[in-house]
Amino acid sequence: MTSDPTVPGLPDVELFSRDHFELFALPRRFVIDERSLESRYHELQSSVHPDRHASRPEAERRLSMQWSTRINEAYRLLRAPLTRARYLLELDGVDVAAENNTAMPGDFLMQQMEWREALDEARDARDAGALDELARMLRHARRDAEALLVRQLDAEHDTAGAAATVRRMMFIARLAEDIAEAHETLDN
Amino acid sequence: MALLQIAEPGESTAPHQHRLAAGIDLGTTNSLVASVRNGVPLVLNDEHGRALLPSVVRYLADGSTVIGHAARAAQALDPRNTIASVKRFMGRGVADVAHVESMPYVFEDAPGMVRLRTTQGAKSPVEVSADILRVLRERAEASLGGPLTGAVITVPAYFDDAQRQATKDAARLAGLDVLRLLNEPTAAAIAYGLDNASEGIYAVYDLGGGTFDISILKLSRGVFEVLATSGDAALGGDDFDHRVYCWLIEASRIGPPSLEDMRTLYMEARRAKEALSSADDVHVGLKLSSGDEIDVHLTRDAFAAMTKTLVDKTLVPTRKALRDAGLSVEDVKGVVMVGGATRMPQVQRAVGEFFGQVPLTNLDPDKVVAIGAAIQANVLAGNRAADEDWLLLDVIPLSLGLETMGGLVEKIIPRNSTIPTARAQEFTTYRDGQTAMAIHVLQGERERVTDCRSLARFELRGIPPMVAGAARIRVSFQVDADGLLAVSARELGTGIEARIEVKPSYGLGDDEVARMLRDGFDHVQDDIAARALAEQKVDATRLIDATQTALAADGDLLDGPERAAVDAAVRALAEVVEGDDTAALRAAVDVLGRATDEFAARRMNRGIQRALAGRSIESL
Repeated sequence: MTSDPTVPGLPDVELFSRDHFELFALPRRFVIDERSLESRYHELQSSVHPDRHASRPEAERRLSMQWSTRINEAYRLLRAPLTRARYLLELDGVDVAAENNTAMPGDFLMQQMEWREALDEARDARDAGALDELARMLRHARRDAEALLVRQLDAEHDTAGAAATVRRMMFIARLAEDIAEAHETLDN
Repeated sequence: MALLQIAEPGESTAPHQHRLAAGIDLGTTNSLVASVRNGVPLVLNDEHGRALLPSVVRYLADGSTVIGHAARAAQALDPRNTIASVKRFMGRGVADVAHVESMPYVFEDAPGMVRLRTTQGAKSPVEVSADILRVLRERAEASLGGPLTGAVITVPAYFDDAQRQATKDAARLAGLDVLRLLNEPTAAAIAYGLDNASEGIYAVYDLGGGTFDISILKLSRGVFEVLATSGDAALGGDDFDHRVYCWLIEASRIGPPSLEDMRTLYMEARRAKEALSSADDVHVGLKLSSGDEIDVHLTRDAFAAMTKTLVDKTLVPTRKALRDAGLSVEDVKGVVMVGGATRMPQVQRAVGEFFGQVPLTNLDPDKVVAIGAAIQANVLAGNRAADEDWLLLDVIPLSLGLETMGGLVEKIIPRNSTIPTARAQEFTTYRDGQTAMAIHVLQGERERVTDCRSLARFELRGIPPMVAGAARIRVSFQVDADGLLAVSARELGTGIEARIEVKPSYGLGDDEVARMLRDGFDHVQDDIAARALAEQKVDATRLIDATQTALAADGDLLDGPERAAVDAAVRALAEVVEGDDTAALRAAVDVLGRATDEFAARRMNRGIQRALAGRSIESL
């Protein structure tokens, strides 16, 4: 890695403003090598983390915090398939979260309603088993969506289709959070 | 930067320039200090060869202070002035503290944090903690033969921002340069992981005197990565003592005990609890000052039964941490037990059953946290050896957010985000011509503001009048490597900025801090000079408000000319607050501080007199 000529141990400032894929030396695509991502993450943090600069001058410590923050954020976005897909679309100028683009296929809307009802029922019945079953179904749905994204993003470059899949995954993620919350309520 | 420095950062430039650094475990029940000497981390003992310093401080009427073993021995003798388990009060109001009714202290509910009324006046938990830390600093300096460059202080992973800030303030007050606040379970993982060259997923189950933490870590090739942490900042060994204490009173059919007897019973409860870690049965027999006699047996099974709900309570955050990490119990390779309370057999059994494996107890649960902190302190001070190539990646335990319309909380940074981290969110005005926006920073997982902890409120002023929804206000959160938050807000059209280091008011007024500093507390450095003007204005406004509140309550303590001087100083400060002159602002704050010094002292005296009114000399 090229280092910042002004601060030994920190990467070249020029790298700071590159996109997340370049930062992690990964090809810009949906399918990534998770082990390379993690080892590059550890390698980068090993040089920039505030713990490595704690006994250095104030200005360097501040830079180190900014670098470390930047790398944590990039790693977070690249690690999870949902945020990685969203980020890829953003790089292509597609805003997934655009409010005026919430149209979803009718069958998925029906599916959503069924899952929501199942969650409400399990919550009311305080049925942890039913929550687990619902979580399992969601995991399947998420894996299917991820497989679809591989095709849409890496093979067909169908950004409109991928954006729709990402929105579907966002719904699944929110529901998964609600399930986790319902689990917690049962625990308490 | 010096041109000739060619060593890699973090590596010492020369071996002989070893910087003295210590790791401090500031515990609820006991505190320890450790340091790395000749490459080996060691707990430093006192002159009697004892490692543990009981976290107990006794304030005597003659102005002297006793800390540690002697203070603990005096608990029953002088319960009101002998403060134990002060960690439970750090960054907490009276309403947050459990079992207030069975504590012998006189609480004052100051804004942000309780105070404990003693014969030496009202003490903030920060001051009491600083007294403990000072003893440990002195012990380390005597043992290492020189002043410390800095120290790593451990905190429960589940401590919120207020509790962390209070801990850091206590360390500064004790003359310590804080290299880092380190989460206790993470410290234990460092000590354990480096010692055993472990790889894989580990859980650290840390049940201390007053706090419970569970952390899930991934250890791989020298990287300690915390995946998730959870806990209960008000659950620990003390609660087990409390159960035994209640049982002793019930089983012996005695009435409410006096303060002194209460302390005696608590000490007996603790002794019984500790004895049951190795014995099946313990006898408690003693005569109280009331004349009541206690003569009962407690079996290990009965003790386990009466504390089962407490043990079960630790498994709730444990499940949550695993869920947050996206893992199940089968993924966990080892469970490291930390904290004296994990010596209880029923705790070990429950944890073993939950994880389906025998927990690891081969490290001293009392010392492992201090050892880990010492290793980290050594590295942070710049003594990293060339072959010492490990890295720690920790997380924040609780989500951080902002109040939005309808008393709801919008999460900005979710819990278990790796630190340091930063996130920003844009908001807009909701009224036409709105020129100010109130920003309320909160910490917690719940949806409603009232269910989360309020960290700070500030205001972005000077927004140019626009129609509702036209202004774009960007609020940025930055969490540093200590887990402490800074928030800033900015109107993007005009660049008007308001900035705040979230520093929850822990109940020490500016004038009181100034007094404490003058009283000889060697504060490491006064960073007021470095603060942004905007923050100084907030402080100045707060000082004016505090002074006016004090005048309204106790204005009669001042005579005519004194009152006029204070009023003039308030007016002068109020005037410069409107301007932009940093130096003038600082000077005016100073003048008001000096003008109210005597007033503050008299108010303190009146507070003590009120506290003592109606009580005879014998009861003091």
